[in-house]
Amino acid sequence: MGEHIIKLPDVGEGVAEAELVEWLVDEGANVREDDVLAAVMTDKATVEIPSPVEGKVIWRGASIGEIIAVGSPIIRLEVDGPGNVKPGEEPAPVKSNGAAEPAPAQPEPPKEAKKAAPKPKIEKPATTVAAASAAPQGAMRKEGEAPLASPAVRKRALDNGVDLRRVLGSGPAGRITHEDLDAYFETGGGIRGGGGLVANTSVTETPVIGLRRKIAEKMEAANARIVPITYVDEVDVTALEDLRKELNATRKEDRPKLTILPFLMRAMVKAIAEQPHINAIFDDEAGVVHNYGGCHIGVAAQTPNGLMVPVVRHAEARDIWDCAAEVARLSEAAKGGTASREELSGSTITITSLGAMGGIVTTPVINHPEVAIVGVNKMQVLPKWDGSEFRPRKIMNLSSSFDHRVIDGWDAAVFVQRIKALLETPAMIFIQD
Amino acid sequence: MTKHTCKLLVIGAGPGGYVAAIRAGQLGVDTIIVEAKAPGGTCLNVGCIPSKAFIHVADEFEKANHFANSSPIGIEVKKPEIDLKKTVAWKDGIVKRLTGGVGMLLKKNKVKSIEGWARFLDGKTVEVETANATETIHAENVIIATGSKSVELPFLPFGGDVISSTEALELETPPKNLAVVGAGYIGLELGIAYAKMGSKVTVVEALDRILPLYDKEMTRPVAKKLKSLGVATYLGAKAKGKAAKGLEIETSDGKTETIEADKILVTVGRKPLTEGWGLEELSLDMNGNHIAIDDQCRTSMRGVYAIGDVTGEPMLAHRAMAQGEMVAEIIAGKNRTWDKAAIAAICFTDPEIVSAGLSPDEAKDAGHDIITQSFPFSANGRAMTMEAEDGFVRIVARKDNHLVLGIQAVGGGVAELSAAFGLALEMGATLEDIAGTIHAHPTQGEAFQEAALRTLGHALHI
Repeated sequence: MGEHIIKLPDVGEGVAEAELVEWLVDEGANVREDDVLAAVMTDKATVEIPSPVEGKVIWRGASIGEIIAVGSPIIRLEVDGPGNVKPGEEPAPVKSNGAAEPAPAQPEPPKEAKKAAPKPKIEKPATTVAAASAAPQGAMRKEGEAPLASPAVRKRALDNGVDLRRVLGSGPAGRITHEDLDAYFETGGGIRGGGGLVANTSVTETPVIGLRRKIAEKMEAANARIVPITYVDEVDVTALEDLRKELNATRKEDRPKLTILPFLMRAMVKAIAEQPHINAIFDDEAGVVHNYGGCHIGVAAQTPNGLMVPVVRHAEARDIWDCAAEVARLSEAAKGGTASREELSGSTITITSLGAMGGIVTTPVINHPEVAIVGVNKMQVLPKWDGSEFRPRKIMNLSSSFDHRVIDGWDAAVFVQRIKALLETPAMIFIQD
Repeated sequence: MTKHTCKLLVIGAGPGGYVAAIRAGQLGVDTIIVEAKAPGGTCLNVGCIPSKAFIHVADEFEKANHFANSSPIGIEVKKPEIDLKKTVAWKDGIVKRLTGGVGMLLKKNKVKSIEGWARFLDGKTVEVETANATETIHAENVIIATGSKSVELPFLPFGGDVISSTEALELETPPKNLAVVGAGYIGLELGIAYAKMGSKVTVVEALDRILPLYDKEMTRPVAKKLKSLGVATYLGAKAKGKAAKGLEIETSDGKTETIEADKILVTVGRKPLTEGWGLEELSLDMNGNHIAIDDQCRTSMRGVYAIGDVTGEPMLAHRAMAQGEMVAEIIAGKNRTWDKAAIAAICFTDPEIVSAGLSPDEAKDAGHDIITQSFPFSANGRAMTMEAEDGFVRIVARKDNHLVLGIQAVGGGVAELSAAFGLALEMGATLEDIAGTIHAHPTQGEAFQEAALRTLGHALHI
């Protein structure tokens, strides 16, 4: 029997550390080759760590949410045969300092350990036996049953005018402890509203880890650095909708169904051609704006885990059908959690669409370090005055934000007006200048 | 005529009344307590304390007798003798010390004591006949703590050779033949004591079992001891009256027999003392033969509280004390309510019986799904070394969350375990709490832990 140590592999170019987001095996579990052991998250993508060998998990080197340096041992397996580690050798610490420094070198195995441990010594960490012997939590208190509490807790409740029937007991058999009473006081007690409604004073702690942490960091950076200007205008998409309907009705079978997104993307490509500085990455630390020739359009997508932004690369080189197919493929991948790191990074401008939810205006947060984001609002049929009568028109608002540090309000308005013009007369989207 | 006014008037200085007065005094409530006799009530004067003194003497005498008959533990003495007059004097000494102590405590806490018989004039005013005057007291709040008295049988009125527990504690010699009517805890405590002191004791009980308040499993060791002491028991039998030389009874099969007895001890229960102090002047709601109270010991009249035996079962001194303490605090303006989990009841028979909380049957009747197990003292080292292997500790717990609902024990000296039982129930202990508490070795208390372990399915020493 030997031990096999699995270290955090290099999960992507330039990636020095990753966050452990999920353990798929428990200590003591038997795993086969290629079984997935854990999942780590890099800048944006989630990478699964498979087992290269068959064995039994005897040690897990990090807890969920911990940042691990590439090369750090993350799991030890008990394997048949010699394994890849000398007996008694201790795994190196796994915690990264957050900087891109290499994993610390393996320390020399201490001499005592060599002598004392001729065989691989497997120290079993405390397991969860204790939990099994703990008193089971009972059913809810029956009506009329007195709340369970020690005399001191009861007296304290009486002295403070608290009806213990309202206090949640965390102890065995639902016993109310001093701590429960403290918690009750801290939350101001369960204030009962009319109609038998009871204030829910529970607080659930959810660690901000994984994708949520990435989103939080991203939003924080955007808010801390960017000075946004948001510009909203309405677009009459009646003609565009007619065109879209016609194209969808007559499309070839192998072509994707068109939404409004590919039209908007193509319109943005056209508008960017006239105002290339809108399609840029602003390295605000270096004070340099990188204008990109290619339009890499990020499309914000809501996934079960949170917000993700898959990227349609080189939208300028894709026709309307290709754009539509790529958006469909990427949003599928993002929702299914299979989007690669490359597919989730590298955008130069972003589209966000909450149109399906309704809402007439949004204030989109720019996807830092980009300098512009275009938000799509709900389309609705509204009466519009055409000079002689009201006509029903399909109206959709565009709410767009720009980094005012590098884009002036005038330019922002010109950009949006250009997109508006293109969408209102969609034939222009397809005409070569 | 002297007139007094006060914030609190306590009528009766038994365990309930004097505790209420002391606590009220501590809280700065202007308090008067009225008692016709020595403070301490039935408990200190003619009940708990003197009977325990008697039982102690009887136990010691039995031990000495045991030694005189070549005891297995290697002590030999000559046949002992007992001078009951001296016993009574010693007992009276203890009673005096205790009642004197209560008097001191009342004084120390600035409670005014008035010796005399109180009678209500109205809900807030009483008249007290003292030795040489009549005094009236007007109070904002009144606590009725008049206690209880022995139940008398009409065909066996107290007097002469027919005695109550009070006289049984004053006898000059152990009666040669003692008939005990009623096999409740008082009758058996005293009956066993006199049997140990050499009386030929016969117990007559109308129901078909001794100590009808406890289940058979718990009374079995006591029945066994009665047998070994030579106490004759007539179950399902009725006392009919006094015969020329003893007690006439009707046995369970309808025959009339005469039991030879020079003293007949009638212990058929106690009843709330609701007469002679002017209850009729108040329009208090009654609940059967006792005053009805709510969970703050309030009666149906504002500012009039009742505590202790006068409020019915369980007629226990420690219940009255807890009620007295609570009412004093309520009168002092604190927010209090009766929220006790358990009142342990103890039978100082041989062996002793303790019951706290619900018995298995009571728990089932209350609709609980339970688990219960007992641990015998025959498997407990300390019990063996004390020649007290009879008995057990039993635990009743809820099946779903293991909350302990009741704890019972039978055995030599188990009365002292009542502290642990009461604490466990009051703290809301689960089986795991008791099983997880280290109980010192070697003690009888280990049986408590083992009973919890056994109920959980993994007793260590059986």
